[in-house]
Amino acid sequence: MKHLMTAWLLGCLLLASQLAQANLTIEITRGSDRATPIAIVPFADGDDLPQDIAQIVSDDLQRSGYFEPLERRAMFERPSSSEEVRYGDWSALDVRYLVAGRISREGDNYNIRYELMNISGERRMLGETVTSGGQGLRDAAHYISDQVFEAITDIRGAFSTRIAYVTSSGIGPDTQYALHVSDADGRNSQQILSSDEPIMSPAWSPDGGKLAYVSFETERPAIYIQDLSSGRRVRATSFEGLNSAPAWSPDGRRLAMALSKDGQPEIYVMDIAARDVRRVTNDASIDTEPAWSPDGRSLLFTSDRSGGPQIYRLELGSGEEERLTFTGNYNARARFAPDGEGIFLIHRGNSGYQVAHQDLDSGRLVALTDIGHAESPSVAPNGTMVIFATQQGGNGVLGGISADGRASFRLPAARGDVREPAWSPFLN
Amino acid sequence: MQLKPYARTLAIALSLAFVAGCSSTGGGQDGDLTRGAGGTDRGGVSTGTADGRGIDGVRDGRDGQRAAADDRIPQTRTIYFEYDSDAIRNEFEPVLTAHARFLRANPSASVVLQGHTDERGTREYNLALGERRADAVESYLNVQGVSPSQVEVVSYGEERPAARGQNEQAYAQNRRVVFAY
Repeated sequence: MKHLMTAWLLGCLLLASQLAQANLTIEITRGSDRATPIAIVPFADGDDLPQDIAQIVSDDLQRSGYFEPLERRAMFERPSSSEEVRYGDWSALDVRYLVAGRISREGDNYNIRYELMNISGERRMLGETVTSGGQGLRDAAHYISDQVFEAITDIRGAFSTRIAYVTSSGIGPDTQYALHVSDADGRNSQQILSSDEPIMSPAWSPDGGKLAYVSFETERPAIYIQDLSSGRRVRATSFEGLNSAPAWSPDGRRLAMALSKDGQPEIYVMDIAARDVRRVTNDASIDTEPAWSPDGRSLLFTSDRSGGPQIYRLELGSGEEERLTFTGNYNARARFAPDGEGIFLIHRGNSGYQVAHQDLDSGRLVALTDIGHAESPSVAPNGTMVIFATQQGGNGVLGGISADGRASFRLPAARGDVREPAWSPFLN
Repeated sequence: MQLKPYARTLAIALSLAFVAGCSSTGGGQDGDLTRGAGGTDRGGVSTGTADGRGIDGVRDGRDGQRAAADDRIPQTRTIYFEYDSDAIRNEFEPVLTAHARFLRANPSASVVLQGHTDERGTREYNLALGERRADAVESYLNVQGVSPSQVEVVSYGEERPAARGQNEQAYAQNRRVVFAY
């Protein structure tokens, strides 16, 4: 038996190492017509680096929808510092900002000197040297993207964040499920759980250190909390019936969830330290998909108490419930924008299931995606982008869209289905 | 999902071995599972299911001796549903009646009703809809005199499709409840 177990374990490890290479590769599908032209000049002396820093920065900024990077072949000069920038030349190319830099090696580390210039103002806006080991070059590039993005837009950059997502491959009893965490651009993917039973609903703790998720590995659904650095985990709930849709409160102390232990699915709030659960909804219909408001005082949830699924808001203090969505007959799985003024949700419209935004003040709902089959919207911590699951050629892929719907990208996997993306909070 | 009972037993045993060896975390901290608060019923649930299937496997082995009809698990173990509906279709009532008769005649047998939906709509809401379908089957069995202690409901929502594809044919195969003995 021991040998058998060892063989299984080896098989698992082999499988895990194969799947661990499943990076997602970005395809920009639509640029924003309001994007600001910017030039990210290839960094001097960066040719023999394992990573192309300027390209990573350029991809980050383009993906945001706020910027349209100039193609490299259109750059007829390649300054590496502010002193070398001839502003008139770049102005003639209609470039409004320029990033230039130089890389120097110091032992095992790289010093990356970068500067940001305002072309029309003919002035330097930012200059800094970032030191990184060879393994940290992508992180250093995302850090530079964050600084450039914030200096120009006044919005904190969210390029140094991560996403969690679920994959599946195969059909029927042979299906394999896995939970991954990668950089926000789909690279540096790491598999943190694999199973031959479904895995669902990854949710980040507000400090970015843990994931809660649903796993069917005991052939019953249960909610687990896993620490990402140690891999240690605990089973938080395994009540009879559904154990689903975990969502962390902004203070990290409570977990909202949907349980059906008392009959039909209702929303409960668990005190994580004490492990006691309190039921907060009470009606004869389905209540599920809870999401916390940024101030932690209310929950969004999906309920079909009106017939079909619609979004409701529950004030936790008073227990008052209010229906929020009235456009169409299918609105589900809402998430607050970080400023709390709007919600992102799945809306069934004329072209199927779409990611939509509803302004809470006006109640106006606007569809952001034009293709059907969208699921699981998750908002970047700075509110500028939404990542979601969609379909491409019959496979599940991740899609991203700017919060105004103008720019979009896709993150397909090399094989299998990808779904249920969850964007991490700020990590630095 | 149409394996013979003994094959299912084997598959369960293998999958349990796989879970034990593999469905662990990056750090391989399986031991934490049983210590986790609320994590008290893992072994019980899994073992109970495996036992039920084991008994059926033995019974299946006697098929050649022509056991009485009530002694055998009915052949049809999947029923299908209309879109956005948990109503039992007329054509599947005889299937439910046969399962009810079997369960009444075999009080030690137990069944897990696995509820499924098609892929349209959100995953967690579909999990709830899958449960509603399985609940509808459970109510039907209870009305026919089956003890609630013999029946358990597990919803998989859209997570375990029987067929792939974005067309009505695939959707129709996926909107189902499976009798897993």
